[in-house]
Amino acid sequence: MQQIINFVIRNKTFLLFLLLFVLSLALTIQSHSYHKSKFISSTNFLTGGIYNKANSIKAYFNLKKENEILVEENSRLKSLLYNYKILDENLTLIDSSFHENFKFKTATVIKNSYSHTKNYLTIDKGSNEGIKQDLGVITSKGIVGIIDNTTKNYSRVISILNTKSRINAQLKNSNHIGSLIWNTKSPEYVQLIDISKFAPVKVGDTIITGGQSSIFPKGIPIGTIATFAIDVNGDMYTLNIKLFNDMTNIGHVFIITNSDTDEIKSLEVPLDE
Amino acid sequence: MNNAVINMTFRFIVLVLVQVLILNNINFLGYINPYIYILFIILYPVKNSRTLFVFLSFLIGLSVDLFTDSGGVHAAASVFIAYIRPPILKFSFGTIYENQTIKFAQTEPGKRLIYFSILTVIHHFIIFSLEVFNMSDIILILQKTLFSSIFTILLCLLITVLFSKKPR
Repeated sequence: MQQIINFVIRNKTFLLFLLLFVLSLALTIQSHSYHKSKFISSTNFLTGGIYNKANSIKAYFNLKKENEILVEENSRLKSLLYNYKILDENLTLIDSSFHENFKFKTATVIKNSYSHTKNYLTIDKGSNEGIKQDLGVITSKGIVGIIDNTTKNYSRVISILNTKSRINAQLKNSNHIGSLIWNTKSPEYVQLIDISKFAPVKVGDTIITGGQSSIFPKGIPIGTIATFAIDVNGDMYTLNIKLFNDMTNIGHVFIITNSDTDEIKSLEVPLDE
Repeated sequence: MNNAVINMTFRFIVLVLVQVLILNNINFLGYINPYIYILFIILYPVKNSRTLFVFLSFLIGLSVDLFTDSGGVHAAASVFIAYIRPPILKFSFGTIYENQTIKFAQTEPGKRLIYFSILTVIHHFIIFSLEVFNMSDIILILQKTLFSSIFTILLCLLITVLFSKKPR
């Protein structure tokens, strides 16, 4: 017994190092699996508060840019309003807001990152405002990501620039669907994989969300095809997509709540078993 | 002694805040960020207790992790370089370290550069390997390590030169 205690005292630095190193490795591994990185996140009271303060200063410098975005969106909405006679599904950008089941909430981004391989945004709305896990986040131009963690006043968003993110997407002019992933190379481009080789793919075509998950309504713009290639097996396309959104500069976002989520999920659960 | 504790606490908080509020947003050429919070580990007094030092390094890494949503990546790297610091001190400064009378401001610039570089490169390599977490992307890891290390080392040297008291 004496020897064991002596051993511990003699090697206390090494044992402490081992303990802390294993602990941080465990946290790292946990952060690589979807929906499990709860403990270490920037949504807590302290980090969220500091980011909020810093952002309130930074927001002044972006006012001009934000105004331009608002004016742009206003003019787009105006043109939709005055040309409503030729309004059809293909022309509207966020047409699903006409269905009652999707509701939009606004929030401000207080922290954004795009240089890592797993990027997250932090926004200043949390469970107090009815924000839950698995809600979609978009801007007026396109999609941003999915909420993965909330506290009372802040939420964390898995950016589409995150290797964990997989979002259902499709071509605008046909119904071929695929998954949206990110190869970490550039914050301007994401990849759409598993598009059937029979799909009519052209450079410059628009990609929209597929509406196969209950998170995003169908038809939210994502980007345009920049390049494409047949993958190694020879039967699927891998498309390189230039995003409409500038992911490096995001100020205000909309959070989509789908009141039918529970109903859709209750339908889907028995199928998995 | 009390003065040194306050000094260290102040340095800890300032380095974390500067790191997360300013330096994490640089993104030079898209992905190059300096991580200067490791200055805390590099410049921690040699004479103090090693156990406390390892624990403080873990804390500073974890604080940066909290802000950047990166799990335990920074904590792991910081704790690792804190633990292996003595052999590297011995390697870069030789006999001065043996006498335990080392003052970083009074060391030769060349030796200091070697010491900074070794710790920084190891730290960055661990960060990026854990962050990418995929050995097939080893080129990406090495590329990020190389460029970020250069940036970090330059900034660290600049800061130590700027903030060091003139030897009289």
